[in-house]
Amino acid sequence: MESKLIKRRKIKNALFQGALMSIIIFSIIILLLLLYQVFKVGFSHLSLSFITSMPSRFANQAGIASALAGSIWTITLTILFAVPLGVGTAIYLEEYANQKSWFTKIIQVNISNLAGVPSIVYGMLGLAVFVRFLNFQRSILSGALTLALLILPVIIVASQEALKSVPSTLKEGSYALGVSKWQTITGVVIPFSLPGILTGSILAVSRAMGEAAPLIMIGAAGYIGFMPRSPLDSFTVLPIQIFNWTSRPQAEFQNIAAAGIIVLLVLLLSMNAFAIILRNKYQNRMD
Amino acid sequence: MKIICNNIDFFYGSNHALKNVNLNIEENKITALIGPSGCGKSTFIRTLNRMYEHLPQTKIEGEILLDNENILTDSYDLAELRKKVGMVFQKPNPFPKSIYENVIYGPKKHGLKNKDALDTLVEKSLRKAALWEEVKDKLNKSALELSGGQQQRLCIARCLAVEPEVLLMDEPTSALDPIATLKIEELFHSLKEYYSLVIVTHSMQQAARISDNTAFFLNGEIIETGRTDDIFTNPIDQRTNDYITGRFS
Repeated sequence: MESKLIKRRKIKNALFQGALMSIIIFSIIILLLLLYQVFKVGFSHLSLSFITSMPSRFANQAGIASALAGSIWTITLTILFAVPLGVGTAIYLEEYANQKSWFTKIIQVNISNLAGVPSIVYGMLGLAVFVRFLNFQRSILSGALTLALLILPVIIVASQEALKSVPSTLKEGSYALGVSKWQTITGVVIPFSLPGILTGSILAVSRAMGEAAPLIMIGAAGYIGFMPRSPLDSFTVLPIQIFNWTSRPQAEFQNIAAAGIIVLLVLLLSMNAFAIILRNKYQNRMD
Repeated sequence: MKIICNNIDFFYGSNHALKNVNLNIEENKITALIGPSGCGKSTFIRTLNRMYEHLPQTKIEGEILLDNENILTDSYDLAELRKKVGMVFQKPNPFPKSIYENVIYGPKKHGLKNKDALDTLVEKSLRKAALWEEVKDKLNKSALELSGGQQQRLCIARCLAVEPEVLLMDEPTSALDPIATLKIEELFHSLKEYYSLVIVTHSMQQAARISDNTAFFLNGEIIETGRTDDIFTNPIDQRTNDYITGRFS
């Protein structure tokens, strides 16, 4: 009787494991197929001139330089706005705010809700506030601020989780030495939670880099024939450029769109790799 | 007397955790606080460096005189107080940094920058904590690689590095094995020469072995205080007698 039960449990266990495994394999295969397709079509169009040329109405002369520059500009500014603000907010909410007050609770609920708002809505907000009201025009600045708003809730929530994971015994150890609250935050709390904060920020920034909808909403251009020189220049970004190419009827443009996707992927992956290296460096120092 | 506590009442919200506690801590002596769980001994030790201020809704009444100055007034600087009154916790809590970084953490935050001075301080503190010989070749290794007993001695060294006068220990050996415990108890005897020690302990044997004075807590009150020898051989109060003979714990 007993052994029969155990046998059944073992079978259940194996079945469940198998089911989970096949789900993972299925998603990886789909991903690989997509990548294979993109590389097959786009790889032959990748060249140095593709990266250094401006877009053109002739597919064989078209390049991605202005979109690549636009993406780098936008994402750099987005990081500068969103990460310090997001981490700062998380520190305030976790370390300073009175957790029991209704004000903190309202802020908390709203941040969680904002993380779920569709990106196009942020685009509309950006259009109204940054483009029109603050009169930044359809500039890189407007785009970066909009994207920063978009990813801010994600960074805040992820950073809060990381800060919560700091054991209170470590904080007590620091306080007991006569070290002030702020010094404890910089000396113990942030170093301990940095890997988690970085992981959350990487994911959020990657999302911002792939966004097209909110930037189309604030009026980022589909065609930019010059390199952006300042945050107040008009701009385009890789996803918009790719979208623009795929929407053209000529087959040639479909192919360079694939090449554009490869550039976007490489940019994303190298940024993630950089952040992971940074994170591992801190993690090693921790343990 | 190093510390004189007069009429301490302490509240967590509406919970009256310490009731009219009067206790004197002698200089360069070991004072043991004993009593069953929840008797207020841990609460009491946390009033001596005002650690309770990091908990919500606490209130304290009375006065605690450290070198004849009341530390419970707002004007008494918290950083100054905790530099003078160090604390070691129940579970070893080294920072996830190197051994060296752990020891200099306090002094560095208090503004000591000179590399030579820091190096000297690290050796001095680790020697006093009887850890130097074991770690002198791996000061840059992570503190988390040390054994539990070594970690606890590192926490003591970290505490000594800010040059305190009083050391508070909240059940410092309860998470350690007997051999590590013995090492730390031996350490207490050498520390007594420089510091006044207050030790909360669950183990009556430990209190009897190491302390000069003992205070017996029960339900937030001090039932009896005095020289350890007297308390353990000739307790005045019946409840003290019941506790030390193991009738309740």
